[in-house]
Amino acid sequence: MFVIGERINGMFTDVKKAIQAQDPAPIQQLAREQVAAGANALDINVGPASSDKLGAMRWLVETTKEVVDVPLCIDSPNAEVMRVGLEAAEGNAIINSTTGEEERMEKVLPLAAEYGCPVIGLTIDAEGVPRDANGRMEVAMRIVQACMEQGIATTDLYIDAVILPVNALQQVPQEVLNTLRMCKALSDPPPQTVIGLSNVSQGALHRELINRIYLVMALANGLDAAIMDPLDTKLMDAAITAEVLLNRSVYCDDFLKAYRK
Amino acid sequence: MPLTIPKQRWTAEVQTATIGATKEEGGTRTSTVTIGGEQTLPFLHFEGETPNRPAIAMEVLDEQPSGWPEPLAQHYEDVWGDPAAWAQKAVEEFGADLICLRLVSANPEGSDASADQCAETIQSVLKAVGVPLIIWGCGNDEKDNDIMPFCSQAGAGERCVLGSATEDNYKTICASALADGHMIINESPLDINIQKQVNILVTDMGMDLGDIIMYQVTGGLGYGVEYAYSILERTRLAALDGDKMLQMPMLSIVGSEAWRVKEAWQPEAEAPEWGPLDKRGIIWEAATATLFLHAGTDILVMWHPEAVARVRDHIDEMMSGQPV
Repeated sequence: MFVIGERINGMFTDVKKAIQAQDPAPIQQLAREQVAAGANALDINVGPASSDKLGAMRWLVETTKEVVDVPLCIDSPNAEVMRVGLEAAEGNAIINSTTGEEERMEKVLPLAAEYGCPVIGLTIDAEGVPRDANGRMEVAMRIVQACMEQGIATTDLYIDAVILPVNALQQVPQEVLNTLRMCKALSDPPPQTVIGLSNVSQGALHRELINRIYLVMALANGLDAAIMDPLDTKLMDAAITAEVLLNRSVYCDDFLKAYRK
Repeated sequence: MPLTIPKQRWTAEVQTATIGATKEEGGTRTSTVTIGGEQTLPFLHFEGETPNRPAIAMEVLDEQPSGWPEPLAQHYEDVWGDPAAWAQKAVEEFGADLICLRLVSANPEGSDASADQCAETIQSVLKAVGVPLIIWGCGNDEKDNDIMPFCSQAGAGERCVLGSATEDNYKTICASALADGHMIINESPLDINIQKQVNILVTDMGMDLGDIIMYQVTGGLGYGVEYAYSILERTRLAALDGDKMLQMPMLSIVGSEAWRVKEAWQPEAEAPEWGPLDKRGIIWEAATATLFLHAGTDILVMWHPEAVARVRDHIDEMMSGQPV
């Protein structure tokens, strides 16, 4: 599984404070810790921390890049902020994200083509998040087509089927699992799939337990990548074990240690 | 309509390893052997790089072998009993890239040679040839743990490959390799899970990933070799898929396995329908070696000079990337 570490996000208080104080230490520590724990890429999101979003994104990317060399997942709804992030990351990046809305795809997909980096496509259109798997697949199909028109390989597209909190919309986790399976029939080769895992437990009790169980369920339904907290050791252990049980990695007695070597 | 060849996109590559140390590197080797680095399955040049050609090591026993059939004996009877001369012949006449020295004389159920005697043999072979050395014990764990530290010291700084570490017996050989700057062979009984486990145990002791070569105990053609093929291939697929603990180059023992089977050595009088003895064993060994090459092996350990020549030609053809 491709793990995208979620912790460098201005929504978290420690990150917000660091951005406001322009203090690199907490950011760099989070970057190092997440990679050491098994993150293959790091999400970078300015969040509500600063009014100068362009400057904050550039600073966050440059600060992170100083200490790790994994791809940075430039997370912003604003195409200008995204471009600044991509420039600072010098192409070693993932775009997070476009939706299925024409207007947004027209702005974001050319950036993916220009920088030659993978892009996350959320199954959201002008009417919002579709109710079920079929609705999500319609949007996913439009994103796949738009990528093909831009010359972006489908394997560089990550479809995010938009998981929503289980305490508010209890039918959604099942619809997302269905979408994960259906995505693999979209094209050949198929797009990859990703979820923003922590959303599933937003506002609920037993958050870690919900995240952990849902990640394993999603992996069993073909999930390729997750934006998640790699510092949650039990969550990582569950993912590593699931990959062994799904025969995606080779078993050995020290399989947990092997993954972290 | 033009044919588009589908290409697999791999996320990782095999570790590159250089065996042997020249004078500048603290040893006395006149040549070194670099293996590994593959970015795709064997010889699929259209899909990724195969930067280093597979190497052929020729095996030298430190005492006269018993019961070798005539096709082998005729090439080695003038040198067996003298491992330095044997090694020299393998390099100068037969073009071996490396020498795989097997210290069979140490076997307590045989000659029971001492650690000092084994160390002396290693020094004489190192003096006789300039190619890198693979040094293998006698196969008796207890005795090998006695002799290997001395053998390792005798080749200190030469960046030899010491064989072999197993799941139950790896500490002594690993410590020796670390102390004297050698590489190590991690052995497993045709089991990818155990191979991975041995690799973890050895790296836990501080062994660098680039100093490890993997070895699955195999068989010869006709004796379960298909299973060996599938294990080697699965190991290589895992490597290319990013499993760091299975990304080391692989070694296969071919000579002793091929010549062990009766089709290779049984006299013509007993099996006339199998054809002439002087061709059979060579074909058996070359076919076994070719099969391992296409499973992903990086070092072949071989016996018969003509089988070696045929396999070398095959490697030339495969590395040229041209249709054969």
